[in-house]
Amino acid sequence: MRRLLGGVTLAGLVAGLVMGFAIAPREATQGNVQRIMYLHVPSVWVAYLAFGVVLVASVVYLMRRAEAADRLAHASAEVGVLFTGLTIATGSIWGKPTWGAWWTWDARLTSVSILFVMYLGYLLLRGMIEDRERGARFAAVLGIVAAFNVPLVHFSVYWWRTLHQPPSLMKPGPGTMPDIIVAALLVNFAAFTLLYVYFVTRRARVLRLEAEAEA
Amino acid sequence: MVWKDLLVERRSKETLNALFFFGLLLLFVFQFALGPDRERLAGTLPGLLWLGFILSGLLALGRTFVVERENDCWEGLLLAPGDKSAIYVGKLAGNLLLMLAIEAILLVLFGFFFNLDLANVLPGLAVVIALGTVALAAVGTLFAAMTAQVRARELLFPVLLLPVEAPVLLATVKATEAVLLGETLGSVAHWLKLLAAADVVYVAVGVLTFDFVLEA
Repeated sequence: MRRLLGGVTLAGLVAGLVMGFAIAPREATQGNVQRIMYLHVPSVWVAYLAFGVVLVASVVYLMRRAEAADRLAHASAEVGVLFTGLTIATGSIWGKPTWGAWWTWDARLTSVSILFVMYLGYLLLRGMIEDRERGARFAAVLGIVAAFNVPLVHFSVYWWRTLHQPPSLMKPGPGTMPDIIVAALLVNFAAFTLLYVYFVTRRARVLRLEAEAEA
Repeated sequence: MVWKDLLVERRSKETLNALFFFGLLLLFVFQFALGPDRERLAGTLPGLLWLGFILSGLLALGRTFVVERENDCWEGLLLAPGDKSAIYVGKLAGNLLLMLAIEAILLVLFGFFFNLDLANVLPGLAVVIALGTVALAAVGTLFAAMTAQVRARELLFPVLLLPVEAPVLLATVKATEAVLLGETLGSVAHWLKLLAAADVVYVAVGVLTFDFVLEA
């Protein structure tokens, strides 16, 4: 089952890369640089997905005290931080040629980076508590606070300043992107989601084995 | 709970005295870091003011539960009958009063050193400060209870608190800036609504999750 998931994920990623980098047309104004979108946008989707899973797993843990839920929250937070980092990195690489700077305090850059440090703190808290049960409880509380903070961060930063190009997908009215680009993007969305599931299940399994080895 | 903490504070005055001195030192440091140029200082004033509030708040809030440990009252807290959320609300109220007292002192010091005309803007400023302080104290009290039980708590507490408070800081600084420039509160209504929403969310999450933080 794990092998199969891994294989499908790999095939999806290769298909996504081929579609994004070879088949999809070159963007008229930005040129080939724009193709990094096929990695950038799915990364941020996975990051939000991962932090949503942290919230749900944290609530389940506090209510049921199921250790599996705690391991899921832990694994998901780690993968989420990884993909938030990837989002920032790909965004920087995209930003340098198009905006002329690696980093600006634009609204979405800022909110993603706040997310990044918030969940880094979450992982730090987990690392600093030896007692497994107490660590799980505290991390769950922090996971809930952080998730509820996401909309507040979003609005505050949005009002603070904005420079980012508006999202081209999922906005009302006729789409501005040709079908082939949408298709390539969707393939990448699916592949990244599979990659997320693959990473989280592997990581949760390692956490379970670690706990068993300690017990 | 509030009564007990306030009584302890009134008797000892240790936190308030130390924090008053800390606030004074902060003003010196800000002044030295930015130089004597009044124009430049005026532009950064809302940010400096909230930086002062947050830094002294970090010190005050971080001590909330550490004192219980130092005085061997921790077990008493855990064994206290009734709902644990009552302890949270009590600690939160105590922290709120302490922080508001420090902020009032800092505000007067800022007015004195930076030649601010506070009387005209005070009502608006009070609203912004009250809303922002509730948000700071609500999360701070919850996190202080967690980090009091962890090693390296002095390090972990600000590391957890600062990113979570980022939206509160943005909102309060923007709103303070507008108020100091003599604009009405209506012009920053969206920031005030955000702060009010943050207050409600943080206090609600704190009340609901505090049970799990104070388990034996």
